Amino acid sequence: MATPRALVLRTAGTNCDRETQYALELAGFEAQCVHILRITENPALLDETQLLVLPGGFSYGDDVAAGKILANQLMHHLAEPLTRFVQAGKLVLGICNGFQVLLKSGLLPWAKVDPAAANRDATLGWNDCGQFVNRWVHLRANSDKCVFIGKGEVISLPIAHGEGKFVPRDNSVLETLRAGDQVALRYCDAADNTGGDKANPNGSIDDIAALCDPSGRVLGLMPQPERFVTATQHPTWTRGNGRSLDGLRLFQRAKQALS
Amino acid sequence: MGIDAEGVTTARRYELLGAISDDQRDLIARRLLANAVIEDVHYQAYTPGELVAREYQLQLRHVPIGDLDDAALERLSADGDLFLNLTEMRAIQQYFRAAGREPTDVELETIAQTWSEHCGHKTFRSDVAVYDAGGTLLEEIPNLIKSTIFLATRQLDRPWCLSVFEDNAGVIAFDDDYAICFKVETHNHPSAIEPYGGASTGIGGVIRDPMGTGLGALPVANTDVFCFGPVDMPLTDVPTGVLHPKRVMRGVVAGVRDYGNRMGIPTVNGAVYFDEKYLGNPLVFCGTVGLIPRDKCFNHPKAGDAIVVVGGRTGRDGIHGATFSSGELTHAHETQFSHAVQIGNAITEKKMLDTLIRARDGDLYDAITDCGAGGLSSAVGEMGQELGAEVHLDRVPLKYAGLSYDEIWISEAQERMVLAVPAENVEPILNLFASEDGEATVIGHFGLADRKLRLLYESQVVGELDMEFIHEGLPRSTRRAEWQAQRHPTPPPPEQDDYTDTLKRILAAPNVASKEWIIRQYDHEVQGGSVIKPLVGATHDGPGDAAVIRPVLASNKAVALSVGMNPLLGELDPYQSALHAVDEALRNIVAVGGNLDHTAILDNFCWGRCDRPDLMASLVRSAKACYDAAIAYGTPFISGKDSLNNEFKTESGSNITIPPTLLISAISVIDDAGKCITADAKAAGNFIFIVGRTAAELGGSHYLKVEKLPTGNDVPPVDTAANCRVLKAVQRAIAAGAVRSCHDLSEGGLAVTAAEMAFSGQLGMELNLTAMPVGSTDTHGQRPIPTAALLFGESAGRLLVEVPPESFDTFCRAMGEVPFGELGKVTDTAALVIYGPGGGAKPLIDADVAELKAAWQGTFDW
Repeated sequence: MATPRALVLRTAGTNCDRETQYALELAGFEAQCVHILRITENPALLDETQLLVLPGGFSYGDDVAAGKILANQLMHHLAEPLTRFVQAGKLVLGICNGFQVLLKSGLLPWAKVDPAAANRDATLGWNDCGQFVNRWVHLRANSDKCVFIGKGEVISLPIAHGEGKFVPRDNSVLETLRAGDQVALRYCDAADNTGGDKANPNGSIDDIAALCDPSGRVLGLMPQPERFVTATQHPTWTRGNGRSLDGLRLFQRAKQALS
Repeated sequence: MGIDAEGVTTARRYELLGAISDDQRDLIARRLLANAVIEDVHYQAYTPGELVAREYQLQLRHVPIGDLDDAALERLSADGDLFLNLTEMRAIQQYFRAAGREPTDVELETIAQTWSEHCGHKTFRSDVAVYDAGGTLLEEIPNLIKSTIFLATRQLDRPWCLSVFEDNAGVIAFDDDYAICFKVETHNHPSAIEPYGGASTGIGGVIRDPMGTGLGALPVANTDVFCFGPVDMPLTDVPTGVLHPKRVMRGVVAGVRDYGNRMGIPTVNGAVYFDEKYLGNPLVFCGTVGLIPRDKCFNHPKAGDAIVVVGGRTGRDGIHGATFSSGELTHAHETQFSHAVQIGNAITEKKMLDTLIRARDGDLYDAITDCGAGGLSSAVGEMGQELGAEVHLDRVPLKYAGLSYDEIWISEAQERMVLAVPAENVEPILNLFASEDGEATVIGHFGLADRKLRLLYESQVVGELDMEFIHEGLPRSTRRAEWQAQRHPTPPPPEQDDYTDTLKRILAAPNVASKEWIIRQYDHEVQGGSVIKPLVGATHDGPGDAAVIRPVLASNKAVALSVGMNPLLGELDPYQSALHAVDEALRNIVAVGGNLDHTAILDNFCWGRCDRPDLMASLVRSAKACYDAAIAYGTPFISGKDSLNNEFKTESGSNITIPPTLLISAISVIDDAGKCITADAKAAGNFIFIVGRTAAELGGSHYLKVEKLPTGNDVPPVDTAANCRVLKAVQRAIAAGAVRSCHDLSEGGLAVTAAEMAFSGQLGMELNLTAMPVGSTDTHGQRPIPTAALLFGESAGRLLVEVPPESFDTFCRAMGEVPFGELGKVTDTAALVIYGPGGGAKPLIDADVAELKAAWQGTFDW
């Protein structure tokens, strides 16, 4: 098949766009970083794209709330083309700040870009420790549905965020997400045990680190897969731990899902 | 949202609960919640009267100077916050007498800023007459910095040094396509008054240095080093006008975190030091490394180029920052100079950066520089030095109306840069900024036939100065240096049977203890180039020696960054202290697999008032040591900065002067990131070797400090030639693949280094000090060495390395003639056991590794 095209959306305060583009290229995508204003001027750019990536960073300084302003732009200027994009079975990946944007625009959890529904059923709040944290975590892949990660694996990726605590509106939302197989990743420890402060870096409810939509083709995650695409990015590579490149594999599976 | 806005104002509402007095309420509101520079406090419901500030009406102000006598000139300098001395004021008076007129306020301000210590580095560029304590002239040094630091770089003449001491950052070659540049700045005075704002604009400012180097570099890493007062000091001991050190530390860390993280630049390396003498004057060093294409390393504004200001708008913040930072702080400064602290907005800077890199790659401009200290005054003044420049101050975009012409000219509002743009590119560049939702504005042009700086407001000339006078008119001065050798008693340390508790106390000492609380708040992996992180080891929480990043993701080439600093030694012996600092920075580079042959260093001097001959003498000694060390190790200086007058005058009139503090930052280019190593012990059964000699001296050591023993002057002497051989031998051994882990010996000496390697690797170690090479090179171990010096001595030029049995021979061959000794092995016992020379039944140290780690981690477990 033709090389799939990925579009990395950037705006003021985006800051993981370059390495995300590099990771996508390593995984076999044709990738480019595009400013939000180019897309609002010409939404047809999305027609030529198979994977839309919202990378990490501090879009608009996270003023108001993390990801809020960019989410508003998506809802008010791009609702129709984005809905078409998702309905066509194309992939959306929101990493860190991108995950926050997906939740606040309605693309997650229900794949509806809709101001009325957005940010109603789940949100990402301040970490329990009250500050930004950068460290590596273990994650258990949990969903059969999610096309980005294979169920049952324990993977290792870094987190770097201040507002990453996943909070559903209530227990029924949580139950719906679980029942729908939408919980893509859970924080765990190296031995695959969940629960406890050591494993869960931000206090996320039910240890949830990533969520997909009901189709499994829209994924938002707090950990940063673009930061583990080469061996020397792992914190213990000098100890001779030959780990698989868990971040790179996520992008590679996205490519497979498009073929 | 479809609303037409004429003006917008924002407010925050706080509700204070509980019984508090009006005084307490005021204190909380004004000191903790509001920033007096930009905010008002109201205690009742408040509706702003006027949203749009009143327009400024031009009122040209002249300052009569021609007829003033010396006393009046000095008064004018003091009252106008010009911070100029009498000789300088006289030179200005003469210039305007010759011109037959009086200066305008903006002309005086322009000269004061260009000639400020902050911008002009007068002290370092002055001639120095050095006297001994008896008043005998020992030597005369013309232009101190040229005779020391610059001279070393010139003599070393490394082909990979591309641009040194010329631009906003020093530039060295990286590979065929790219160069890297590095600059380290201080932002001390603002951080003392407003830690969060001071530190965030400190990092924001130094990021613009690489961005303003050549035709603009992409920032790829930040470093930060802080010096604070003791964080456990009782509040009642903190003098008036000084913030508690813990509050300063929290504010500074948060400021660097919020700005650096939002910029998407990894903060990868740093250090923190604590000393009572930093109480009134904390030090905040911020560094930024940039990546720049080889063909974009230089810039030349051309006559006719438009002057274009880009980025943030100009406001009243940061006025007099350059001159303010050139004086000493007093207890009244907090209120007097609150306007000197700038206000940062990282996203404005990020947006500007994203756009500038695109403009650079489109070859849209001829030159670029940042608006740092001195604002437009210094940026346009520097760029137009050879060409002259005309600036229409009324065209500068403002945050709010009402700024006078001189406020616009000297404002240090953040996130602004100045470009020289050829006429044909003006429209494309304005369009490019608009397309990224940014702002760019033409405010004048470079190139006047008479090489003048001409300032206009609404077409009326408000200032006109000769570029030659601004830049070359500063009278040269000769400083007096008089070295007062200090003699402190140096009793030999007591001998103990067991040093286990001593080791734990040193590990918990604030200068040694884990800084994980800080490190984790910084994004140190953004941009994806992380190779060696600031924390290393089996559970990612042990201390690293140097950070390593790959700035070009598609390449395996890497850059190592490290620091060396030892304020405890600075006061005892500024010469040896500087040698130690250089040695430590380079040891750290070598310890991760760095290449000494492609390593450059940077200097940052923070001193007290150098009009005091004794401090001037200590500055001279330190600068001379910098020259000696750079030559001995073959590592050229490529950039530097000094911040003098770091003193604090308390209400009662006494002065707190910081210890002479020299920060050395090192940057090394590594060919293969995959060959780097870390400090954590890797496997039981591997040999542990020490490389380098241990001297008997303990002066300025953390052992003496922690044990509250008197600190003598006996700083361990640095044999730079011998140490250079040690570093090169270790570099050879690492390159040969014979070393699994390597850690430098610094604060706390051998015992601390061994403990850190063991607990980082979740392993134990059993060592015996019999084979430890001791004594200085001269004494060859003739003197008896106190046990404390073996365990905790801080001699430079030493590293501890872990060598697998199969690499034993390779390692020994790589060592050649340098002193080294086999101390023992890595064990899987979870204990650190160290026997004294000759062994014996009872070890000097027998500690559970987990307990050592707990001691090291407990201090800042905030």
